[in-house]
Amino acid sequence: MTQQILIAVMVLGIIGAFFAVVLYYVAQKFKVVEDPLIDEVAEVLPGANCGGCGKAGCRAFAEACVAQGNLEGLRCAPGGDAVAAKIAQLLGCAVEQGEPQVAVVRCNPANCRIVAADSTSVVISDNRRSNYDGLRSCAFENTVYTGESGCHFGCLGCGDCVAACQFDAIHMGPDGVPVVDEEKCTACGACAKACPRRIIELRNKGRMNRRVFVSCVNKEKGAVAMKSCANACIGCGKCAKVCPVEAITIADNLSYIDYKKCIACRKCVLECPTHAIHYANFPAPPVKPAPKPEAPAADGASAAKQDSAQA
Amino acid sequence: MGGVHPEENKISNDAAIEVMPVPAQMVVMMNQHLGAPATPVVQKGDKVKVGQLIGEAQAFMCANVHSPVSGTVLKVDTVKDAFGITKPAVYITVEGDEWQETIDRTPDIKRECTLEPQAIVAKLKEMGIVGLGGATFPAHIKYNIPEGKKAEYLIINAAECEPYLTSDYRVMMEHPEEVCIGVSILRKALGVPNAYIGIENNKPLAIAKMQEVAKQFEGIVIEPLKVKYPQGAEKQLINAVTGRKVPSGKLPIDVGCVVSNLGTSFAVYEAVQKNKPLIENILTVTGKKLPSQHNYIVRIGTTYNDIIKHAIGQLPDTTGKVISGGTMMGRAVVNLDAPTVKGNSSVLVMDEGEARRNPETACIRCGKCMHACPMGLEPYLFSALVKNGRIEDAQKHNILDCIECGCCFFSCPANKPLTDEIRLGKNKVRAMMAAKK
Repeated sequence: MTQQILIAVMVLGIIGAFFAVVLYYVAQKFKVVEDPLIDEVAEVLPGANCGGCGKAGCRAFAEACVAQGNLEGLRCAPGGDAVAAKIAQLLGCAVEQGEPQVAVVRCNPANCRIVAADSTSVVISDNRRSNYDGLRSCAFENTVYTGESGCHFGCLGCGDCVAACQFDAIHMGPDGVPVVDEEKCTACGACAKACPRRIIELRNKGRMNRRVFVSCVNKEKGAVAMKSCANACIGCGKCAKVCPVEAITIADNLSYIDYKKCIACRKCVLECPTHAIHYANFPAPPVKPAPKPEAPAADGASAAKQDSAQA
Repeated sequence: MGGVHPEENKISNDAAIEVMPVPAQMVVMMNQHLGAPATPVVQKGDKVKVGQLIGEAQAFMCANVHSPVSGTVLKVDTVKDAFGITKPAVYITVEGDEWQETIDRTPDIKRECTLEPQAIVAKLKEMGIVGLGGATFPAHIKYNIPEGKKAEYLIINAAECEPYLTSDYRVMMEHPEEVCIGVSILRKALGVPNAYIGIENNKPLAIAKMQEVAKQFEGIVIEPLKVKYPQGAEKQLINAVTGRKVPSGKLPIDVGCVVSNLGTSFAVYEAVQKNKPLIENILTVTGKKLPSQHNYIVRIGTTYNDIIKHAIGQLPDTTGKVISGGTMMGRAVVNLDAPTVKGNSSVLVMDEGEARRNPETACIRCGKCMHACPMGLEPYLFSALVKNGRIEDAQKHNILDCIECGCCFFSCPANKPLTDEIRLGKNKVRAMMAAKK
């Protein structure tokens, strides 16, 4: 009896010892050396895997940082400067200070359709040209037709951007155009990528969060654009003329304000004949300076603007 | 395999083809076909005659566009098409009705065609003939068989399986001889021994008429088909007539088949025998709630509003949708001021009640969409894959084989917009493939 037990123990012992040796050599042979720094960097990152950096996820971003050894061209938008500083400390390199950004929706909701509170049924407003009842997806609706507003460049209102946001920072507004929550927005750019009409743009937050932007991306000629929407940019160029810092360019019948140059003086806001230029987070409506006394329309227009001026 | 049986609703069957008067102004779009838009060759102030070339095909995948009216060119600009999308177009102010001298306008039927196959294809290109089954594929490209491939069958689709549409039926009833001559010309262009005209069994009068006329022509066989949607789809028709199956990702020519629409063969007759470019459409104006049903021969470029105004005065108050095409594959028109284009086959007016989609509920895994799919695909699976962004998996399951016939959506008891989701998925797969290149 004891002999049988001994044989069993010995046989198993020998097999065990044999495989231990084999496994040891295999482990040595195929050893993967991973920089422990990658783990440390990954630890600092937000871990949302939003893909805003252009990498497959936070881990891939950490790998890229460590492989490169510095932060040149790499930036975690959700983490911002705080995370960049931490990574720079771990890598022992200098940190680039980036200007904080925010997503900006460039479509005028004032003349578009109205969405009911439950966001599924749509209340018909006067400006809706059609009633879309297909798949609730902007990417699909964009391939089918112009959208309910009749503007081939405007917001479709199905909320692909809302679905793309990992940070719960963008929601459908009461007028069927998405509204960005500035507090939550990390400028990862997921919504801008999801928008099939490229309405959403990442812009610098600006000093004291104050910014001015053209809230329209319609590239059609003025008369055609006006038929689609009363607040469309018609590319008249009045704003460019009045801009003191030449931040405004006109291309393809569309005005664009360069946020790097803009000093937020809001002269263009007053000048725009279609009220396509919006501003955000200013305490008071813009006032036209004295030299030209004839500016009666400015008050009413800017009051109307204040309502819809939210980024 | 697969297929569904939607309500046929061929209520305009007995309405003879009428001629629609020419409107006072005409807008002719430059891309009325699959591919690149034609390049305008007229300028503001130019006088044009009916049938004169105004848009020239300069790209490979392109077709000529001819003036459907005579008059003065008002401007070369853009116009919003039926779906509101801006497209290049030529505006013509109509003056009189003066035709090009080369066009034979006599009602005589001309049977002899002495042209060589290459000359026939060149003629199709010159006359701007495109496939009138809906895809508007330029005919001269289709009938120019690539080297190393050989056509064995010519199949003419006269199934008209889409509900409501009756334009092909009316052409068969009123112009059977012209159609047969057109088919003979196409047969000659391809050099195939036999041409098959597939007609669904629910059109016994058309079958009888065509059979009678086809006796006088060599090599034209009338093929009665089972009534089922989508019997007229290219791959289904090939299978029904020849028993061959087009493999995934291949074209009909890979199995030796060329498929054309019946309307195309009529246009081919007029182009080759009568020198008449493709400037007219035959289209059905129909709808259950309309006071009268019509089939019209319409100059291409007449707006939807003009057609509706002439046919029924004005739209009923309860109109929900105006559809270009049939109920299964047609698209809702959002801009009634848009001009009609080559390949339009109907103006279908639907009531608010019948036009609206039913609310969507959850998938109950019944598998009806799989049963209905004529391509043997799994629509419910694509729906889930596309929703979750698994585009590569969708491609592996052959999402690109989908012919967008709408059978899955039609059969779904949960009213899931399956066809929409698959279309979106196909776009994403194509974008992914383009990015990989």
